[in-house]
Amino acid sequence: MKRSPAKKRPLTSRIRRHIVTPRRTRHRFYGHGLPGVDASALGGKLIVVEGADGSGRSTQIAKLVEWLEAVGHATVQVGLKRSNLVSEELDQAKRGNILSRTTLSLFYATDFADQIENRILPALRAGFMVLCDRYIYTLMARDLVRGMDETWLKNLYSIALEPDAVFYLNVSPENLVQRNFAKDFALDYWESGMDLGLSRDMFDSFLKYQRMVMDQFRHLQTIYNFTIVNGDRPPEVIHRELQRKIESIVAGP
Amino acid sequence: MDNTIVFPGVVPRLLRVLTKTFAEMGYPGRLVAVEGLDGSGKSTQVYLLKRWLQLQGLKVFFTEWNSSEIVKSATSKGKKMELLTPTTFSLIHATDFADRYERQLVPLLKAGYLVLCDRYVFTAFARDVVRGCPMDWVRGLYDFACLPDLTFFFKADLEVSLNRILQGRPQLKYFEAGMDLGLSADIQESFRIFQGRLLEQYLSMSTEFHFSLIDANETIEPQQEILRTLVAKNIPLADFQFVLT
Repeated sequence: MKRSPAKKRPLTSRIRRHIVTPRRTRHRFYGHGLPGVDASALGGKLIVVEGADGSGRSTQIAKLVEWLEAVGHATVQVGLKRSNLVSEELDQAKRGNILSRTTLSLFYATDFADQIENRILPALRAGFMVLCDRYIYTLMARDLVRGMDETWLKNLYSIALEPDAVFYLNVSPENLVQRNFAKDFALDYWESGMDLGLSRDMFDSFLKYQRMVMDQFRHLQTIYNFTIVNGDRPPEVIHRELQRKIESIVAGP
Repeated sequence: MDNTIVFPGVVPRLLRVLTKTFAEMGYPGRLVAVEGLDGSGKSTQVYLLKRWLQLQGLKVFFTEWNSSEIVKSATSKGKKMELLTPTTFSLIHATDFADRYERQLVPLLKAGYLVLCDRYVFTAFARDVVRGCPMDWVRGLYDFACLPDLTFFFKADLEVSLNRILQGRPQLKYFEAGMDLGLSADIQESFRIFQGRLLEQYLSMSTEFHFSLIDANETIEPQQEILRTLVAKNIPLADFQFVLT
């Protein structure tokens, strides 16, 4: 038999040496979970980035995708209101501001459930890194500010999968205002909490509302133990912090 | 399942508001719900009840399961394209119910209306549990709602229900036959198994939620007579006259 001395190992294995394959980990649901779904052997990682509009979520997710792909991981991005099932209807309902609180809350939960079953879980099973632009925490914080019952919300979202990492980009309301104006010279109706009647003045309402949401996030952090990231820093600095944390998650314990 | 954790700080608590009727909560209005399997004849009965009340000049409002405009388009799309899982099926119906509850039922009951519901939360309790959702999760979803002041359960034999449906239209519907559960490739057989399981769920709730059982194998008239008698006995109908000043 003839052996080529130059080829000690097949090429693929030499290249693969540099790419870390994440360890298959046992994922858990926050409660009952989904009927008929087994979460005990999912290959990928579920990474959530939370924060208000203008907190730099999309910038950070874009950077993470670029970095993860560069080091050889496949990624999938999901976000709120992107389900095939109800996203159109949800948009329509929000534009008209016609749904009451419980209804809107359940509508969002339907959208979330559809995405967890049809996008997040299949992607994790296939070993993808799933990056979520917001998760149940935003939905819960918004509803808590609007006086919804916490126990009811916890039961509702007990179908959610516990992520491998949750980063909450905490940005001061004053800074958020400036970033929103810098982006499109306007504040969003819902992100200003105008439906709550805190103030007729949108600017005042925005500041008040964002402080209330922040308080709820701090409260949720004590329950769900996510990482609060100081978002008042340059994007590059924040990115390096997220990168370090995700590296250790991928490497596993 | 052992791959679950319980939220820290959550005391399992079922049925918060769901233990009190509208009367007990001090609403001037009253809510009457009809429940039963598909083909039990409950829609015919509630229609006749509505006509009887309307013709007496009473303030009456009638509402059906799965009829809120905004949610309906998503539900029908989901059903048509078979996008629904037990969880999203459950949530989308809860959304529909919440919309009608918050925008119509509560204001009307505050205004002293008699509200008639063709199906109420018990439909969800039965269907979603048969589809595999945990009972306390489903009940938790609906625990913002009060109990009806009267709930009629129309109990018919499966063959009677099946024949009634097939007399009215040529085919059974996919979801009423529980075809999404893969119980049988034969749609009539699937209907029997699925509806049989629903019946079990309904009967297990019967005492807890004080259902008034109606023998739905009977002809229309004697059932309607019982309905009208029970409504007149339990609700002071004279208080529901339109009074315009």
